[in-house]
Order: sequence, then C-alpha cells, then structure tokens
Amino acid sequence: MRRTPLILALVTVSAVAACGDKSDDTAASAGGPIAVKASDTACEVGKNTLDAGTHVFQIANSGNKVTEFYVYAAGDRVMGEVENITPGLSRELRVELPAGTYQTACKPGMIGAGIRADLTVSGSAAPLTEDAALAQATESYSRYITSQSEALVEKTTDFVTAVKGGDIEKSKTLFPIARTYYERIEPVAEIFGDLDPKIDGREDDATAELPFSGFHKIEKDLWATKDISKDGPVADQLLTDVKEVVAKAKAEKLSPLQLANGAKELLDEVANSKITGEEDRYSHTDLWDFAANVDGSQAAVAALRPALEQRNPDLVKQIDTAFTNVDNELAKYRVGDGWKYQNELSQTELKGLSDVINALAEPISKIAGVIAQK
Amino acid sequence: MSSSQVSRRRAIALAGAGVAGVAGAAAIGGALARQDSAPSAAPVADQVAFYGPVQAGIVTPAQDRLHFVAFDVLTKDRDRLIQLLKDWTAAAARMTAGKDAGEVGAVAGILEAPPDDTGEAIGLPAAGLTITIGFGPTLFRDATGKDRFGLAARKPAALADLPHFPGDTIDAALSAGDIGVQACANDPQVAVHAIRNLARIGMGVVSVRWSQLGFGRTSSTSTTQATPRNLFGFKDGTANLKAEETDLLREHLWAATGDGPEWMAGGSYMVTRKIRMLIETWDRTSLGEQEDIVGRTKGEGAPIGQGQEFDEPDLTSTSILADAHVRLAHPTTNSGAHLLRRGYNFVDGSDGLGRLNAGLFFIAYQRDPRTHFVPIQLNLARHDAMNEYLRHVSSGLFACPPGVSGPDDYWGRALFA
Ligand code: HEM
Ligand SMILES: [Cu+2]
Repeated sequence: MRRTPLILALVTVSAVAACGDKSDDTAASAGGPIAVKASDTACEVGKNTLDAGTHVFQIANSGNKVTEFYVYAAGDRVMGEVENITPGLSRELRVELPAGTYQTACKPGMIGAGIRADLTVSGSAAPLTEDAALAQATESYSRYITSQSEALVEKTTDFVTAVKGGDIEKSKTLFPIARTYYERIEPVAEIFGDLDPKIDGREDDATAELPFSGFHKIEKDLWATKDISKDGPVADQLLTDVKEVVAKAKAEKLSPLQLANGAKELLDEVANSKITGEEDRYSHTDLWDFAANVDGSQAAVAALRPALEQRNPDLVKQIDTAFTNVDNELAKYRVGDGWKYQNELSQTELKGLSDVINALAEPISKIAGVIAQK
Repeated sequence: MSSSQVSRRRAIALAGAGVAGVAGAAAIGGALARQDSAPSAAPVADQVAFYGPVQAGIVTPAQDRLHFVAFDVLTKDRDRLIQLLKDWTAAAARMTAGKDAGEVGAVAGILEAPPDDTGEAIGLPAAGLTITIGFGPTLFRDATGKDRFGLAARKPAALADLPHFPGDTIDAALSAGDIGVQACANDPQVAVHAIRNLARIGMGVVSVRWSQLGFGRTSSTSTTQATPRNLFGFKDGTANLKAEETDLLREHLWAATGDGPEWMAGGSYMVTRKIRMLIETWDRTSLGEQEDIVGRTKGEGAPIGQGQEFDEPDLTSTSILADAHVRLAHPTTNSGAHLLRRGYNFVDGSDGLGRLNAGLFFIAYQRDPRTHFVPIQLNLARHDAMNEYLRHVSSGLFACPPGVSGPDDYWGRALFA
C-alpha cells in the first residue's frame, strides 16, 4: 500500500471506440466460438487467422492448474483476457480485434509469459489518430481492471473462507495469490480514500480511527501470532472492502496521464517496500507482490503503447528491454508457481532486483511527459 | 613550545599563518564585547557567545554543519554525573571560543600523557561553534520507572515520551538517550571535534548511544539568512520561527516560569527525528507532483498560487492541496503552534540496495512538545502526501535547560540544585 491515500481529481475520459464500433457479432456468430484447449503444458487455439471484428474464444481447462487466457497486441497490450479458469472449467472470452498481428497465451499456474501462439487478423485497418490512440488506452486499461478485479474477488473469497475455517496452511497458500490481484491494480484501488489503508495497511500505519485490519492483520496472525481464531470479523470486513473497491474500480476511467503515473508508482512501490521486505514482513511473500506490481505496471504501459509508438518509439524499445531484464532477474527466484521468500534472498540478490527496477522506472517516469505533449 | 594557555587561533597568528588566523584573532574582541547580548549573526570564522540567559545554538542563525550525539549515562553516582556536567561546560566554553578542549591543549603537554585535546581542530577558527545540551526522559526515570538520580520529581510534564506516530519505523538503537548534545558550526571538523572531545571527557561516565552528522542546514533561524534547500531540492526554512520574532519566541519557543519546573524557565524542548528520504523515487516524480506535495514552487519557494517566497500561503484556496505538507504543518492548521526548525541534510553512505541512505535530520525546538511537535506530526503522519517518500527512523526528545550564566555556572545546575 501507499503510505498516504492518493487524493486525485479523476478525469473521466470519454469512451471513444477506436475503429469499427461494431456491436453486431457477425464474425463470432458466423464461425461460432473459437475453441481453446488449455492444459498444464499446451494451449491449442482453434484458429490462427481471423477476420477483423468481434470474436468469442471458448477456453476449456483440462489441466491440473488454474489457468488464464490472454489475447495480446504488440508489446503485450491486453486486448482481452479471462483469469482464474479452474481445472475442468470452461470459460468464454469476447474480444474485438481490429486487423493486426496478435498473440494468444494460456498461463497455467497464472504466472510467467505463458504458452504463446501467433494470431493474424486481416481486414481494413484504419490507422489511429493520436487522440484516438490515447482514448483507447483508457478503454484498454479498463478491460484489465475488470478482469483483475473479478479474480480479486474470487481469490479473496477463497482466502477469507480458509481463514474463517481456521485452516492456517491453506490460508497461508492463498494469501499471496489473493494479494497478487490487489497489487496489480493498486493505483486504482488507492484512489478511494480509506479503502486501501483498510485492505492493505500495515501495523505501523494504524491509528485509533483506522485500526490495524485487512490482509496484513491476518498475515500477522497467520505467521507471527499463529492464531486466526478471532479473525472472522477481520476476514469478513476484508471481503466487504475488497468488493467495494472492485465496484468502484470498475466504474473508474483512468486518464492516460493517470495510467502513466500509475505505471511509475507501481515500480516505486516495488523499490520502496517490496525489495526491502517492508510490505509482507511476517510472511515474506514480497516477491509475489513484486511480480504483481510489475505486471500492473506493464499493463498500464501496454495500454498506452499505441500512443507511445507514435510519439516516441525509442522510449518504447527502452521500456521493453527494461521489462525483459526485470522478468529475467525475477525468474531467478521462481519456485514452482510461486517465488522465493524475500528473506531467503541475499543482499546482493536484492540489490540485483533493485537495480533492474530502477533501470525500468527511469524510462517509465518519462511516459507522462511524452503523453502530456501535444 | 608555546604557552599552555595559547588558543588555537592565537597559535596560528603567532606562527604568522595568514588570513584565517588574523581574521580569527580580530573576531575575539568582537565576541567578548557581545558576550552578554543575545546571539547574533556570526560570520564564518566568528565565535558565538557561550554564556547568556539562553543556550546558544537555538536562535543562533543556523550554522552549516551539525554533529549530534545522544549519550547513555553509565554511572549511578549523582556526584560523578554533576562533575561531568561541570567538566563538559568548561570544555564547551573553551571550544566555542576557538580554544582547545582542555587547559593544556593538544600538543603542549608532557609526552608521556595523552593530550587533553584531540588535535584535529588545531589551526581552525571557532567557526560559529555552538554546543547545546538537553536531558532526555530516561535521565529522570529509567525504563523500569526507577528514579536514577533523585530527579524524578523534577521531570517536566512536557518531557512526556513522544507517542507512536502512524507509519513510524523507529529504530530504538538510534533513538532517545539520557543526554543529547547538538554541536553546530560552519566547519564540519570543528563540530566533530567538539562532540568527540565531549565523548572523550565523558568516557566511563557516559557512553555514546547514537550520533548523527549533518552536512548542510535545512532551515533559517534568522531573517538575515538566505533559505537553504533540503535534499528534495526545495527551499526549507522559509516559514520558521526566526531570532527576530521576539514575541513569537516568547510564546512558542522558550519555557517560562509557571510552565513546569522552574529549572526549565528560559529553556526549550528539542525533538529530533532522523527522517530517511527516498530520494530515488522522489527524483522520478514529476515537477508538478513534487510542488503539489510540498505546497510550494520548487524554484522560488512561493506558496502555490502566490508569486514570492515570503508571501503568506492562502490556505482557503484549493490550489494548495488538502494533503500538501505546508498546509498540514502550517500554524493555522495546528491551533496556532509554531516550531523553530533547525534540521540538517544527511547522507550516510548507501543502503546496499543501490540507494543513497539520505534524508533530513529534523530538529525542532519549542515551549512544549505536547502542544507543538506532537499534534503537528500526528497531522503530518496521517495525511501528508510527502510520507510516500519519507521514513522516520529515529526519534529523540530532550529538555534543554536555560543558558550558562558564567564560568561559575554549569549545564543543569538548577536541575541538580
Ligand atoms: C524529511 C522530512 C521533511 C521535509 C523534506 C520537509 C520539507 C519542508 C518544506 C520544503 C517546507 C516548505 C518551506 C518552509 O516553509 O520552510 C516545509 C515547511 C514546514 N515543515 Fe517540513 N519537512 C519535513 C518534515 C517535517 C516535520 C517532521 C515537521 C514537524 C512535525 C515539519 C514541519 C514543517 C513546518 C511547521 C513547516 C512550515 C509550514 C508553514 O508554516 O507554512 N516538517 N517542510
Ligand atoms: Cu501495497
């Protein structure tokens, strides 16, 4: 969490659909849903060429791991995604795709770059005007927020259920996973006054009016006091607060400038509280939050990508390289579908992470200036 | 060899070592003539009067350098402690006059004994040195509540422990202390020399608990001074209590008869906070956001919405945001409370994560922390947008007695009387 709630005047950006404001599902209905067979090791997409328009993907998870499915434009800009497809389940993704080259990805275990395949969409593609590119950023990021918030509610519900059931081991496993979705959308969550401190506040931030609560209170009881028997009300409140933040977040439209700042702030979060172990001081699961903050930052940058490509393609290249460096550095500490604990890393290893984050934050801090230029 | 009474400065003048020595020697006369008047602006090589009704180093125009130390008292013997305070007072009177800490001096004694001055200030002028002492809450009662030196009944109510503030990440080993000493000078070597010699003299009676160097002032305490900048790059000390504001000083700075125990009348309470500043993330924050966080412009230092540095901020206007530092710290937001801030920039190397371990060693003097620092800091800790970039890592509170009246007086005499 941030130390102080952000007080932002939100600029609502009118939703300008960029190209072909098609509401009819001709393409989808004509061909029927595109089947995606997802397992722990494969991701077979029924088609790799499509006509421009709206398409429906039907993802069936036959693996043992929870998976996600994404359609990415260049630079991993999310065109559409479904999170949290549990084993045995099948879910639909409806997505509008203008002509261009895309990638599909399944993410068994919900981490990493995923199992990728190319997807080509042909048809007439009118180049975006600069303003349209910016407006699209807002829409594109909204889609991200929506998908993340749905997963956040589901995962927090699982976590809260485990806590109330008194299952310490299960709660410990679910804790960093539920947090992942929160940390990805933190710049939005922080807008709503006291909600972020209630959900994600640390013990030393507590006051008489805002007592220690939320994720970190339960974290302390799971790992330090080892007694969650009295945490039922805390868990219930957490879920209530998460649902409230999600409802508000979905209704929010972040301006391109806010996206740019959000991308930077997420990295500042990493630098100031994840690498130092300040955030998850009892569980030491800071690397989950770290990865989630980086994901969130990348999503915000990706949403701005078409506009950035037009205005400063060199900056985009720098950012891409820097993101890759962060991913590679972080990958050293992967353990199964999770991460090493922060306190298992040596000072030199932490310094390595700090260096790649700073190297990434530097070009990202320039985005706002590029976006603001007319 | 030279006479045992020779001052550092005279040694140089005698050796004909040139400008600094001569200027220093000339300054002696001026300093003597000023001894009983309130401290006034001192040019670089000058000396600030040690004796006076109030301790020097509070309304003295803030010097450029700081060495601060907090001591734990080791002895259980009240008389040894009193003797140390007498020895310290004598050494401080000498050092602030540009002399060696001891009567013999760094190089004039017998070869068989360690010198009574450590020597690193040989040849340096007084450099505006002031040495200011304060007594911490634990001198009166230790953590178990024990009255260590028969002083508990004299403990001022205003010396109540500071509360935990939201967001505090205080390191106990870097905090508190039985006695705090602030040495300020315009030459870092002179400030360090002062603290080092006090620690040497106190060896066995006290031990150094923690200590902090500050390399640049972050406040002005006189209208004659230009406003310096802190490590966020902003002017700091624009709106501060200044030596010239006698009425405000009486109301907000000096403890008065009737406030509490009489030994504190003419004294002041000092709060220290070592505040780490996360300067790398600050540096990638946009100019507009930086200015919004502070509530002032970065260049001129004017309140947002005004043109000049010393214009009054218009807090009725929303252009100074609700969570801006100056709005939250301003007297009108805090029942009229004014602080005399006297902080210093520090950089303690780096932190192993590729970041400078840098920040502000915040020092504030006031008549009563319970009505001044505490409510202001509670307000800041809860709402200040700047908190994102700050970590309070150390905290100290000291009751600074009034000044030493002359060679027969010593620091804390009225307390131990
Ligand atoms: C590293 C931490 C801090 C930084 C970087 C900082 C910086 C600043 C700056 C740039 C100003 C505006 C210039 C001025 O009016 O002098 C200011 C004003 C002020 N600050 Fe701070 N400050 C810090 C901590 C604190 C703390 C801990 C307190 C007290 C609890 C405090 C109290 C004040 C007050 C009283 C003012 C004057 C407000 C007014 O009257 O308009 N500051 N500070
Ligand atoms: Cu957080």
